[in-house]
Amino acid sequence: MGNETSIRIGSGAGYSGDRVEPAIDLAQRGRLQYLVFECLAERTIALAQQQKAKDPTRGYDPMLEDRMRAILPVCHGNKTKIITNMGAANPLGAMERTAAIAEELGIKGMKIAAVMGDDVLEALKQDTHSLLESGQPLASLGHTIISANAYLGAHPLVEALQGGADIVITGRVADPVLFTAPLIYEFGWDMDDFKLMGQGVVLGHLLECAGHLTGGYFADPGYKEVPDLHRLGFPMAEVSADGSFTLSKLDGSGGVLNLATCKEQLLYEIHDPAAYYTPDVIADFSSVILQEAGKDRVAVTGGNGIPKSGKLKVSVGYTDGYMGEGQISYGGPGAEARARLALKIIEKRLQAYKNEYEEIRYDLIGANSLYGEKISTGNPYELRVRVAARTSKREAARRIGNEVEALYTNGPSGGGGALKSLQEIVAIQSVLIDGQLAETRVHYKVT
Amino acid sequence: MKLRELAHSRTGDKGNIANISVIAYRAEDYPVLVKNVTAERVKDYFSEIFEGEVVRYELPLLGAMNFVLYDALGGGVTRSLALDKHGKSLSSALLDMEIS
Repeated sequence: MGNETSIRIGSGAGYSGDRVEPAIDLAQRGRLQYLVFECLAERTIALAQQQKAKDPTRGYDPMLEDRMRAILPVCHGNKTKIITNMGAANPLGAMERTAAIAEELGIKGMKIAAVMGDDVLEALKQDTHSLLESGQPLASLGHTIISANAYLGAHPLVEALQGGADIVITGRVADPVLFTAPLIYEFGWDMDDFKLMGQGVVLGHLLECAGHLTGGYFADPGYKEVPDLHRLGFPMAEVSADGSFTLSKLDGSGGVLNLATCKEQLLYEIHDPAAYYTPDVIADFSSVILQEAGKDRVAVTGGNGIPKSGKLKVSVGYTDGYMGEGQISYGGPGAEARARLALKIIEKRLQAYKNEYEEIRYDLIGANSLYGEKISTGNPYELRVRVAARTSKREAARRIGNEVEALYTNGPSGGGGALKSLQEIVAIQSVLIDGQLAETRVHYKVT
Repeated sequence: MKLRELAHSRTGDKGNIANISVIAYRAEDYPVLVKNVTAERVKDYFSEIFEGEVVRYELPLLGAMNFVLYDALGGGVTRSLALDKHGKSLSSALLDMEIS
C-alpha cells in the first residue's frame, strides 16, 4: 500500500450498546473503505474477563453476534473492512464466532484477524508497579485483581491489515488507534512522523463516539437544536494522505454536524489539550483548525504531536466489595419534609452498623442528588429518596435496600415505588508499564 | 447574564477526574468567557460536591476552554455511590453560572 490518495472511514458505534441501524446505513450508502466499531469502555473489559472465567468461549462483546449478523453481508458486498475492539477479553473467541456467523450467512473468502497481547496480567506479576490513582503498590490489591489490559498502539492492527485481514478484532487498544491503523496502512505513514500521527489521533478522537459528533448528546432545546434524533446518522470522514480530513454524515439521516458539535467532541474526556497521551504519539489538539465546508460538513487540519513516552497505560480491574441501594418516592404537599424524614429514619437505623460501611450516601432525587444543596433551587412536587452504600460485606449491602423498602410500613406517609439493588463492585485503577511488556501477535481465520 | 447565553458545554470523565468544556457560540464572546469563568470560580461553584483542584486550559483557536476537575467523581465511575457517577450533569449546572 502507500499509494492511496484518500480513504473513507465511518464510525459505526460509540459504545457497546449503541444503535445498529446507523452503521448499516453508513455501510450501505457511505462508500466506505473502513467501518470502525468502538465498543469497549474503561470497565467493560474487567466484566468481560469475569465472564470468560466462567465460560472460556465468551468474554467478547455481548452485541457482537447482532452487529456482525447485521453488518457482515453489506460490508462484504461493498468491500468495506471492519475494525473493532469487540474482542474485549477474548478476541480469539470473537474471531471464531464471527467466522461461524459469516459461514452461516454464506460469506466465503473473508479473512478475520484477532489482535492479541493486551492481556498483561501474567507479565505484571513479575514486576513492581504503583497504581496511578491511589499511589499504592499494585500488590496491595492482592487476590482481588480480575484483569490487567494494556492500551495497545496501532502496530498489531497495521500488521493484521498487511496480513490481508478484512475484519480486525482487538481487545483493549487506545481508542483512536482503531482509526489511525488503516491510515498508516493505506497511506504508508511513517509512525515516527508525529505530526501525521497527531492529526490521525484527532480524527480518531472525533469519530470514536459516533453519534456524539452528529448531534447526539448535544441537543438543548431553545439553544442547540438537533433535527430527527430518533434516526440520528453516524459520522464518517474522507481522509487525505497528508492527514487532513472532512467530516460528514449521510444525506437524509437525522442529526447535525457543525463546528459546535465538533468542538464538544474534540474536548470530550481530555485533560491538557496540548498533551493527549496515546501509545503512538502525544497528540496536540490545541492547534486544530475546524472549518465549515458545507451543510453537515467540517474540514479538519492542524493536529500535531510529539514523540510518545514509550509507556503503555494498563487498566487493572479488581473487585472492591459491594454496593447496596434503595429508593422510594414521596409526592404532593409536604413531599420534601416526608422525604427528609425518611432519610433521617434510615440514617438512625444504620447507626448501629456504621463500621460495616466504607461510605453511605443519602440523596433526594429531584432536590440534591446531582449538585448538592447550594446550586439546586426550587420546590419539586415529587422527590425520590435514595440511599447507597459501599461495603466489603454482601449482607451489609443488602441491608440498605431492605431498610428503604421497610419505609412502606415503618416510614412517613405516602411512600411509593420502592426499588432495591445489590451489586458486586468491579473497580478500575491504572499502572504504566514498559511498552515491551505487551507482546502482541495476530491470529487469522479465513471463511 | 447566564453563561448559557454565550456558551455550550460537555462533561467527560476519566477515572476520578472530570473535564468540562466551555465553548463560545460566537468567537467574539470568547474573551468574556476567559475573563469570567476562571478556575477559581469553577472550583468555588462546585465546592459543595467536590474539593479537588481545578485546572483551566485555553483554546483560543476554537474559542473554547477546558476545565479539569481532580478528585471530582466520588472515587471514580467504577466505585462512586453517586447517582450520576460520570458527573455528566455537571456541565448543565455550570451553564447556569452568572457572568458579566
